[in-house]
Amino acid sequence: MKKNVRDFYNLLSFARQLDSKGLFGFVWMFVIICCIIVGFVALFSQIIEGHAITGMRDNVVWGIYIVNFVFFMGISYAGAIFSGLLVLLKIPWRAPIIRITQLVSVICGLIGPLYIFLCIGRLDRVYFLFIYGRVPSPIIWDIFAMITYLIGNIAFLFLLLVPDLAHLRDTNELRLAPWRKKLYTFLALNYKGSPKQQKDLTSALKILATILIPISVLLTTILSWIFGMTTRPGWNSTIFGPYFVFAALYAGVALVLVIMWVFRKRYDLQDYITDLHFNYIGIVMIIIACIYAYFSFNEYFSMWYSFQKWDARVMARITDFDRYGWLFVFTNFIGIIVPILIVSIKKLRSIRNIGIASIIIILGMWVKRYISIIPTLETPLFPIQDSRIEYVHYTASWVEWVLTFSGLALFLFLITVITKIIPIVQLTESLLNKEAREQKANS
Amino acid sequence: MRDKKEKTENSRRKFIQQGMALGASAVAGSFLLSSCNKKDEKSGEKVNVLSPDGHVLEIDKESIHNCRPAAADRKEARKGIPGRKFVMVIDLAKCKNARKCVEDCQDMHHLPLHMEYMKVYLMKDAKNTPPYWMPKPCFHCDNPPCVSLCPVGATYKRSDGIVLIDTHKCIGCKFCMTACPYSARVFNWEKEEQDEQDKEIAYSPETSIPRVHGTVSKCDFCPEMARAGKLPSCVTACPNGVIYYGDANEDAVSNGEEIVRLSSLLVDKGGYHYAEELGTEPSVYYLPPVDRIFPVDKGLDNMSEEIRNRYRNFAKEV
Repeated sequence: MKKNVRDFYNLLSFARQLDSKGLFGFVWMFVIICCIIVGFVALFSQIIEGHAITGMRDNVVWGIYIVNFVFFMGISYAGAIFSGLLVLLKIPWRAPIIRITQLVSVICGLIGPLYIFLCIGRLDRVYFLFIYGRVPSPIIWDIFAMITYLIGNIAFLFLLLVPDLAHLRDTNELRLAPWRKKLYTFLALNYKGSPKQQKDLTSALKILATILIPISVLLTTILSWIFGMTTRPGWNSTIFGPYFVFAALYAGVALVLVIMWVFRKRYDLQDYITDLHFNYIGIVMIIIACIYAYFSFNEYFSMWYSFQKWDARVMARITDFDRYGWLFVFTNFIGIIVPILIVSIKKLRSIRNIGIASIIIILGMWVKRYISIIPTLETPLFPIQDSRIEYVHYTASWVEWVLTFSGLALFLFLITVITKIIPIVQLTESLLNKEAREQKANS
Repeated sequence: MRDKKEKTENSRRKFIQQGMALGASAVAGSFLLSSCNKKDEKSGEKVNVLSPDGHVLEIDKESIHNCRPAAADRKEARKGIPGRKFVMVIDLAKCKNARKCVEDCQDMHHLPLHMEYMKVYLMKDAKNTPPYWMPKPCFHCDNPPCVSLCPVGATYKRSDGIVLIDTHKCIGCKFCMTACPYSARVFNWEKEEQDEQDKEIAYSPETSIPRVHGTVSKCDFCPEMARAGKLPSCVTACPNGVIYYGDANEDAVSNGEEIVRLSSLLVDKGGYHYAEELGTEPSVYYLPPVDRIFPVDKGLDNMSEEIRNRYRNFAKEV
């Protein structure tokens, strides 16, 4: 353990991450920004042409925008739960991971709500939600809880950043540009690391973590209620709340692993993000995968076995190999079993394999949202009797796909830009590890 | 039938339109008023009518034909007509998919051909049960899932049992559409075609005209017709008297040909709610398709290829 817990990191290890200039970085940013610009073109055409330009129609009124919304928000809530637990449980090896979980949480939490706006037919009336908002509507619960959550989450990220920012402000090891120094000075809020400041910061972090964990669980549940509170077959399920929580955690842990993998490889951070971390998070992933698989099995098995008319129709559609059958197999079998096997079989457990498994999980979880939302909408109680094929089956239009990939590009853009300013690893370990060391000394 | 796009040129008629306030509609509304009829053919025959403010006006006879009563404004439309509880009874035994209810409803609500508030489904409940035609309006549930889920209160339940949408308040989140188990709601996807043609008409949630792009609309049970003591056009249009409309408090419904007691109609013919297990308590009752007058195939006779196509997949399953 001692190898992994250091009081202070060697700042020079992060010089490449904070200040790298190179062709790859340039091309990377160029591609990302191009994607985002194309996204703006798509957004503009949707605003001009109206929702008719999307693949959404009267039966499938919510398409991949809602899929993306649920996907990003789920990851965000999972990130908040992870970082909250890392702080509250005083995990000694948390320092290299906690910044990643927090960043994932904040960035996805900012991107997710954008997809809700894309779904709203009258963007000019969005403020009605605040003027005429009705408490009985789950959408209103979601909006107010989400605003609370986002503010708390950004504060949580920022508070843990302050000691690092102060450290970067005070150090001369990295020869940072003057504008950076100014930025760090401004953001560090005059933090000096005095015992009182440390104490206040630690208790603030604890309070925020204590608030954020239940709020995130609640928010994931409200997210599930947007579907669960309707009477639609396939959605109206009592299991949806916890099911969504674990689905979110599953996608979240996978994204954290991917980011760990990428940063470790790109910036040679093997000394900080160690094999041990991959092992630990891999074990967490197996546990979550098992619980999630258990929920999935419960949901589908009871739907299939009881064979109620409407549920059976949805099940038949999901498992129809002409429609969603392969997606069903991919998300529920490959997306769960392959990652579990990769992590649990020692021969396969390389960092690259864990990274690949995580990418499979992320894709699988996106598909999972797709097949839990779209087939239900395609299966109303009254059979769809329409000669227009686009009213019978949903196919996402180019606008929706472009905006989906722009959302991904926006995620990559934000994480690239932010990690150019702040180190991906919590530098001032002392703050986090103080309690752990005290605990160890006591025992 | 009626040309919606032609603009009114008759300034006198415009005057009547504008002079029609809601309060007066109860008195004068039943015999004139012309917000929907835009036929500009002149018969040459003049008639004298009394305007709401007491003027006697002479107008062309054609102008007062098929007129539509004035509807309540947005505020008034939230209240409902006191003492009423509107219900509909649809006798499946008589329906042959004549589609007159659909067409007249589209006409009345100025809908394009592909938008239907009233839909006719070809249904078959089980393997060995016979197929039948099933007209389906909005069910105006007494426990409406769409209303409880609406985040801004744009859709609401009135004291007279009608569920309406205020499209000037609707933000278009479509949550109500996912919540409605009966697919009663339609979205205004296209940007053109609405707004323009009905610009001059004052908006009322009771008429659902003019429609607004990016919002939800649906069958409104035509409360403005009820205010004037008239039946909705789907009821009067039906050649077979399939649809009964009326007031549960009065215990009377009418299909335009006869007036019957609601309670005895339901008891005698075994009335039921569609998908009652959902607990939505619809205001629309169905009478089972027993002793049917028409064979199901008749419903596809003389129908356009587009209409036949709709049922093609389902007919295969049947």
